[in-house]
Order: sequence, then C-alpha cells, then structure tokens
Amino acid sequence: MIGLEHYLTVAATLFVIGIFGLFLNRKNVIILLMSIELMLLAVNINLVAFSSFLGDLVGQIFTLFVLTVAAAEAAIGLAILVCFFRNRGTIAVEDVNVMKG
Amino acid sequence: MLQADLTIILPEIVLSVYAMLALLGAVYTGKDALAPMLTWATAGVFVLLAAWIGTSGEGIRPAFGGMFIDDGFARFAKVTLLLSAAAVLVMSQDYLSRRGLLRFEFPLLIALAVVGMMMMVSAGDLMALYMGLELQSLALYVVAAIRRDSAKSTEAGLKYFVLGALSSGLLLYGASLTYGFAGTTLFSGIVQTATEGHVSLGLLFGLVLIACGLAFKVSAVPFHMWTPDVYEGSPTPVTAFFATAPKVAAMALFARVLHDAFGGAVGDWQQVIAFLSLLSMFLGAVAAIGQTNIKRLMAYSSIAHMGYALMGLAAGTAFGVQALLIYMAIYVTMNVGTFAFILSMERDGQPVTDIRSLNMYSKKEPAKALAVLILMFSLAGVPPLVGFFGKLYVLRAAYEGGLAWLAVAGVVASVIGAFYYLRIVFYMYFGEETDDALDGGQSAILSGFLMVSAAIMLLGVVNLFGIEGAAAAAAATLVN
Repeated sequence: MIGLEHYLTVAATLFVIGIFGLFLNRKNVIILLMSIELMLLAVNINLVAFSSFLGDLVGQIFTLFVLTVAAAEAAIGLAILVCFFRNRGTIAVEDVNVMKG
Repeated sequence: MLQADLTIILPEIVLSVYAMLALLGAVYTGKDALAPMLTWATAGVFVLLAAWIGTSGEGIRPAFGGMFIDDGFARFAKVTLLLSAAAVLVMSQDYLSRRGLLRFEFPLLIALAVVGMMMMVSAGDLMALYMGLELQSLALYVVAAIRRDSAKSTEAGLKYFVLGALSSGLLLYGASLTYGFAGTTLFSGIVQTATEGHVSLGLLFGLVLIACGLAFKVSAVPFHMWTPDVYEGSPTPVTAFFATAPKVAAMALFARVLHDAFGGAVGDWQQVIAFLSLLSMFLGAVAAIGQTNIKRLMAYSSIAHMGYALMGLAAGTAFGVQALLIYMAIYVTMNVGTFAFILSMERDGQPVTDIRSLNMYSKKEPAKALAVLILMFSLAGVPPLVGFFGKLYVLRAAYEGGLAWLAVAGVVASVIGAFYYLRIVFYMYFGEETDDALDGGQSAILSGFLMVSAAIMLLGVVNLFGIEGAAAAAAATLVN
C-alpha cells in the first residue's frame, strides 16, 4: 500500500536533489534552471499528495498556480541567460564572475 | 459579495490595469519616445494611490474569504512603498535617459513589481503570498538586467534570478508542508493549528523554510550572498529601487506571516529571527569596512539595517511591529536621499562609484556635502538625528521583549558600523586633494531629493512627523 509518507519521501528526495544540483553544479547555467524546475515540481508532488490525503481541493489549485509561475520563471530565466550569453559568449557557471561576492 | 471584495482590492486593480494598458499603448505607438512621459505618469499614479490608500478605509477589511486583508498594517506599508517607488522613479529618469537606458518597459515593470508588493503586504493566504512575491520577483529580475548590453548588469540579473528562484523554492516547500500539516492555506486557519507548545514537527519545518525564503528576500545573513553583486551590477536607479520599496514589502510580509499565521507560537520563531538579526547586523557592519565601491557599501549597509528591523520583529510584540514599521519608514527616507546623491556622482558625464572620488567634495559643493554628512550620521544612528530614533525604537522593543542580549549586540554592531559611514564624511571634509574629483551635480531634482531627505532627518526629531502614532495603530491591527 502506497501511503502519504511515500509521496512525501519522493518529493523530499527530488527537492534535495534540486538543491544539490544548484550548489554542486559548476558546468552550465541551464542545469541550474533544470534544478530550479525540479524543486518546484517536488513541491507540486507534495501539494497534490496532501490535497488528496486531506480531501481538500485547495492543494491542487495551488499546484496549478505553481505550474503557471514556474513556466513564467523559466521564460524569464532563459531570456536573461540569452542576454548574458550575448555579452560573455559563455554560459559556464564558473564564468559568472565579473563581480566577486 | 463579489462587488464588496472588488472594492477592497480596487487600488491593486487600478494599478495593474494601468500597467497593462500603458504597456499595450506604448507598444503600438511611440515606444521609447513615450518613456519619460510614462515615468512621470507612473510616479503620479503611485502618489495618487498612496493618497487614496492613506485616506480611505478604516479597520480590518478581509476580501475573498480572507485571502486578501486590507488592514492598518497593510495600508501603512503600502503608502510607504508607493511613495518610495514614486521617488525613485522621478530620480531615475534623468540618469537613465542620458545613458540611453530609459525604455518604456522600465516604469511599467516597476509598476507591476509594486502591484506584487501590494499583494504581498495584504496577503492572507499562502497562495496570495506566493503570487504576490513572484509577481514582484519576476519583474525585479528583468529590471536588474535592464542594461542588456552590459556584462555586469546581465550577470547581476542572472545571479538575482538563480538565488531568487532558490529562495522561492524553499518558501514554496515550506508552504506545502504548512498546508499539509495545518490542513489549510489561510493564515487565519493556520494560526488556530499553530499554538504555543502544540506545533507539530512538519509545521515547524514549514515555518523554518518559509522564514528562510523570506530572509532571502530581505537579504538577511546567511541568505545575503546575492545582495552586494546585484547592487553593484544593476544600473544605479535600479539599485536605488532595490534598496527601498522591495525591502519594505518583504519585511512587512515577514511580519504578516509570523504574526498572522504563526502568532500563536512566538516562542518557536523568536530565536530564529533573533539569530538572523544578530548575524545581519554584525556581517553588515564588518564586511562593509573593506568596500571602496559605494554601491557595494550601501548593499552591506542595507544588510545591517535589515538586521535592526528584524530585531523589532524578533521581539514578538505589538511594540516590536511598531518599531519595525517606524524603522523601515526612516530607512527608506534615508536611502532615497543617499541614492539621490549616488545618482548625481559623475565625472565627465560618466557615473562614478568609487568612494575615493569624494575627496574634498565639501570644497566644491558645501551644501550637498553637508546634506550627505547629515544622512551618513543618520544612517550610522548618531543622536539626535532621526536614524537614531529608529534604532532606539527597535532596541527598546528587543529589550522589552526579553532579548536584552540582542539589544546590547545591536549597540555594539552600530558602533562598528559607524566607522564606514564616518569614513565617507572623512573623505569629503578631510581627504586629500586629487585631480580625479567629482563634477558638481547639475540635476535639480536629485539635489532636491537629497536636501529634503536631509532636512527630514533634522526636522523629524521633533515628532517624527507623526508616523509614531500611525505605526502604533498599524501594528495594533496585526498583533492582538
């Protein structure tokens, strides 16, 4: 029997993979965008699992909002990335270093 | 019912309809030729909305089943952020147009960001919170990279985007856990589940993750890494905007979530917020010492100031929220003045951000140097200027809230922080004569904002222009 805990475990695992992808990846900014997407999708699994468990539709409505915003976010991220590529000719994470912070 | 709800959110509707119509209109007609007019029009709309919100409405008016709350707290925050956004727009017009950066999207993106901020401070539900926060953030990512032919500006936009998206993800994961363990996304429902001593582990995780996400937005240590780079890389008017309105909105949202949704479990978040506050104050004070770029310096300064504002929040009392609101209003006024000065710093028409270029500025422009001196003293919290009273309020709130150690640490950090503000004054009055000094600024608007802001720092000492009472009334509607 697959219960709520299993879904929460999958979501938590995906979320942690997303965070690690953000911090460990040194190669490509596109992978950062994929990691961000993975985090948001992990949240969606969480929301739908809770929604079904609680018998409450609010969680699924929340999921629709998150999906919409994630699409807008990816569009803006890619647009900024294209501008960055035009200026620098590279999208390697280690080259995002004009300013040291 | 629907009509009553729509009446309550009318200011937000007006602003978003204005932004969308102006966007359509500008695309089909003059495009960038309309940009100066649109900038003034947007600033005008902000001021009118601030007057409207400031004079209308009494008490607490929830809309859409409590998803949106219009109360005194939200109105105070909205008036503050609308006026500061209007001031920044008016200041930025000249700077941007002389550098060919004044596109018609700029004022409209700012307007959309402000709609998001107004949603944030009025959020009564996790969904409303998320949508407001994202509307604000998405507009700000684009604005940071608005100088799209500059490597620095696009890099600032990219860094802000990646770290901002990470913080939204953390906040959202926290929101999903909160929803699951409280069974509702409404703040009024969560507060019934989250009572002192009965907070389940899942809800606690949700609370901590939401706090992490919001700490990113207010740039509190240890979530501050993006701030110096984004402040340095963005065009200066954008930096001025980042340092004012979004900070007010994020801080108000922080207070809203902690008090409206988790107000029954103050003990569970008080230590976390106190810890964030302590780290921010000290890192902001220490890390700014080595900076020579005034925009990076202002970034660390804003981190330190957010530490003080969080101190008011950490107190967990109505007086703490009042202190937070007063602190934010004073902080925004000081920053508008300081950035008016930074925007006017140039040599041969090129913007300059090195603080060594301020050497002997007092000889060339005695009046402006004096105004900057007052602002720097006020930012450092030197009595009897208004900035001192802001710090006094939060320190008192922390002390009365049982966090005496935090108040003592705040005093120590402000002494350390005074060093770098005073260094700027030192350069202006006692620096060496150099040949690469600044030109005198020509813009009357910028000088006007600088002088008015400095005058407020002096004259506000009498009664803080009455914001004390307004902030007390606002805080009373949030904490009860």
